[in-house]
Amino acid sequence: MKTQYLGLEHINGPLVYLKTPNGISYNEQVELILKSGERRIGNVIILNEDVTVIQVYEGTDGINIDGVKTELNGKPLQIKLSNQVLGRVFNGIGKPIDGLGEIKDYVEKDINGLAMNPISRKYPRNYIETGISAIDGLMTLIRGQKLPIFSGSGINHNDLAEQIIRQANIKDDTNFAIVFGLMGAEYETAEFFKKSFQENGVLSKVVTFQNLSNDPSIERILTPKVALTCAEYLAFELDMQVLVILTDMTSYAEALREVSTLKGEIPSRKGYPGYLYSELASIYERAGMLKDKKGSITQIPILTMPNDDISHPIPDLTGYITEGQIVLGRELYQKGITPPINILDSLSRLMKDGIGEEYTRKDHRKISDQLFSSYSKVQDVRALAKVLGEADLSETDKKYLEFGDAFEKRFINQGRFENRTIIQTLDLALEILSILPKEELDKME
Amino acid sequence: MQEKIINSINGPVVEAKGEGDFAMHDMVYVGQENLIGEVIKLNKDIATIQVYEETSGLKIGEKVSGTDAPLSITLGPGLIGNVFDGIERPLAKLEEISGNFLARGSNIDLIDSQKKWHFIPYVNLTNKVSLNSIIGEVKETESITNRIMNPYKIEGEIIYIADEGDYSANETIAKVKSGNKEYEITMVQKWPVRTPRPYKERLTANVPLITGQRVIDTMFPIAKGGTAMIPGGFGTGKTMLQHQIAKWSDADIIVYIGCGERGNEMTEVLEDFPKLIDPKTQRPLMERTILIANTSNMPVAARETSIYTGITIAEYYRDMGYNVAIMADSTSRWAEALREISGRLEEMPAEEGYPSYLPSRLSGLYGRAGMTKSFNDKIGSVSIIGAVSPQGSDFSEPVTQNTKRYVHVFWGLDRDLAYSRHYPAVNWRISYSEYIDRLEDWYKNHINEDFAESRLKIVKLLQEENELQEIAKVVGQDVLSDSKKLVLEVCRIIRLGFLQQSAMNENDTFVPIEKQYKMMNSSLKIYELSLKLIEKGIPISRIKETGIFEDYIKLKFNVKNDNLNEFDEFDKKVVEELKNISEEYKEHT
Repeated sequence: MKTQYLGLEHINGPLVYLKTPNGISYNEQVELILKSGERRIGNVIILNEDVTVIQVYEGTDGINIDGVKTELNGKPLQIKLSNQVLGRVFNGIGKPIDGLGEIKDYVEKDINGLAMNPISRKYPRNYIETGISAIDGLMTLIRGQKLPIFSGSGINHNDLAEQIIRQANIKDDTNFAIVFGLMGAEYETAEFFKKSFQENGVLSKVVTFQNLSNDPSIERILTPKVALTCAEYLAFELDMQVLVILTDMTSYAEALREVSTLKGEIPSRKGYPGYLYSELASIYERAGMLKDKKGSITQIPILTMPNDDISHPIPDLTGYITEGQIVLGRELYQKGITPPINILDSLSRLMKDGIGEEYTRKDHRKISDQLFSSYSKVQDVRALAKVLGEADLSETDKKYLEFGDAFEKRFINQGRFENRTIIQTLDLALEILSILPKEELDKME
Repeated sequence: MQEKIINSINGPVVEAKGEGDFAMHDMVYVGQENLIGEVIKLNKDIATIQVYEETSGLKIGEKVSGTDAPLSITLGPGLIGNVFDGIERPLAKLEEISGNFLARGSNIDLIDSQKKWHFIPYVNLTNKVSLNSIIGEVKETESITNRIMNPYKIEGEIIYIADEGDYSANETIAKVKSGNKEYEITMVQKWPVRTPRPYKERLTANVPLITGQRVIDTMFPIAKGGTAMIPGGFGTGKTMLQHQIAKWSDADIIVYIGCGERGNEMTEVLEDFPKLIDPKTQRPLMERTILIANTSNMPVAARETSIYTGITIAEYYRDMGYNVAIMADSTSRWAEALREISGRLEEMPAEEGYPSYLPSRLSGLYGRAGMTKSFNDKIGSVSIIGAVSPQGSDFSEPVTQNTKRYVHVFWGLDRDLAYSRHYPAVNWRISYSEYIDRLEDWYKNHINEDFAESRLKIVKLLQEENELQEIAKVVGQDVLSDSKKLVLEVCRIIRLGFLQQSAMNENDTFVPIEKQYKMMNSSLKIYELSLKLIEKGIPISRIKETGIFEDYIKLKFNVKNDNLNEFDEFDKKVVEELKNISEEYKEHT
């Protein structure tokens, strides 16, 4: 029987304070046992001679000061994993909620994970065809990459994520899995993805960790860690190709800020704690491949930029950790372009080593450089056209306007259900580039 | 041994209470697992310690034991070609011990006592030695000779020196007697990371660090022993530019510090560098490179220290007489680590939550760069090139602004240039180098008398382009006179054919300074000769028809680095083409 301690000193939001029990260790998992017998999971976040602060992941509703018992588990937070997790649905801290019972024959894994040794990593080079021209052609996704989608409230980023999952050729490998982490998501969002998985016959390959908008917000702090612990297990112990979708990272960061404020910490930018960067990094850096393992973890975190502001701390810090970003634009969305990918803000850092003759096609790099370069010129010409009027533009500039429209309407705007091969994408790009006079194509030969 | 007892734990910050006598910045071992920590604050009997490893599992009442020495790193042969974490633990050995993921509490001995080095003595019995006197040498890699130095601050006399032969790094190879004390010298010494290594004399930095990148060497050069910053938002190519300098610069040794950056980027360096050949020595680049990889998900306190670890290693090789260049990617992550720890200490924040000592720490950091004469009279240098990742791409934020005060070169990366795939995206309108005057003589003596003059012409043309573009934005290009259009056209080819440089093209990724000079002059030649024609009333459209502008852009890809005569031929062709036009027009009139 584990030792139990009766009573608390103080409750503040999701944090409870108790007199420091003997032998408690930092970051240890504890269980609070309510009068009703209900058990809630928490862990030690501050440890002092006199007082221990525990954050309770399932909220403190219904907890009273005197009656509650605290039980020490003697180890950090862990989740139970086995190959039976595929197809299952868990809550944000890894307890099954699909009514199918507990996981059997499990191993327990510490959810905090350990940092990958940089020299044990394998540099990702294998590209994933998503069938979406804007991505495959201009910001190619690489197996083992972390490539977030930066969106805004009300923009159809879920459609894009769904299309990537549906079309990505990662499915060709029978040993693939999707780990899906929802933080503060709407019920409809969860259902939308579930339906798509069902229709595509991949539901049995998906592990879902869901924290909905009406679940305790503190639970969200754990959801990405739990999801990635599961992904690491599938990738590096069961050799699977794992795609991790995390949505919405903004809700995660907000939950972190909530707890930080309650702890009375000194806030950094916009009230977020100073360690937001380290926390985000400990999530995103869990993507990758290892030299001596077959599996891989590819991450597509989705975040909504508050007020569409890319310099907001959450997208800003994310962009410094992830290997590029896919940015969705409100203007394109309002123009009805699907997916509304804002090319100029977007980037894939790992693309350079995963394209070209060996992987996609020899001229891929030149085409993509030319598209970026020419489309960036289109923006200048459009600005000029506003001042001078289109009629007064030079012939070349008029061609740029024509190119810009064709590029947006035909190349980017492919709709949710068209699936293009990389060759189709590159051929289409060449066709659209041919609108421009030859001497303007300075990146091509 | 001095001991205290843990009485509070908050993330990487631990407080310990008790009798033990700790000094500021002493290294300590924390808890049963002997996690490495450093004393950062003392208050009566309470010591505040930052722990270099994950603190999960620590308990109140566990011991903290002192080492009576500041946090130090080991210096000796075997550093080069290695990859370390922020406190100099070799990652390969950590992999052997704990596998693919980094476990804690692994206190490993950096020095491999099995490995033998071939030692050649320089001194004889009764020779007088003092601090940093060279005792002998071992060949550390094919390109680098490690000069073994006396690590003690003493005046003494050699009473034992080993014969030439193979020794392991921690065997005694010499003994020195000073007064009535004897000191043993091995190939290894310890040095506290936060203390700059002393030198005899600071010299003026007047030799450029040639990087092979045109926008740097020609436009905004850095001196050996100089300091530079590369600010840029994400996606503007900071890391790419740092990689290019690490690969191609003419430093003897590169210390690359991945401070809080991406794991995959370090892997890229690890996979690429062994395959690349140093143009100077024709040996693999890894034989002159030391990597420090403290990625963003590794402990934050070690991230803060990683920069000092790198600088200390650099100073060690500087004292042997090498030119060392440090790439610190990124100093913003270092500053954020400071902020994170400062927050945990509940210090009163200054600007944007950064501690008020940020500027003094920055100046202390960049102050360790320089060209020096060491106590053994060898001349060496440490150059520091720091990437800065401004939050929200805003150059007015505290790290960018404060760094600007302490560095002499500013290579500002620009998002619009990156959008249009103009790489390196160094914006020539905001960048500067304070070394230009000091380096002028070097360029004069080594390249050409008129180097500085030509450079100035390019700068002026680009300035004029900027003004003309502002006008063109409002009224369109067509309204401009032909001579103005020529400026725009020439600047276009300077941007595309000179300032832009492709890291992917074998003729363009690295360009010797002689070739840079020729390229610069060819563009000026085109400008000056074309201007004469335009002054005679010949339209620019006719000059464009010759194709010289487009040909110039292609030169950078087509001319090999060892075949510079092609520029003379190109210049000849330009002269002829333009002469033909001129004669053609004479006939008409």
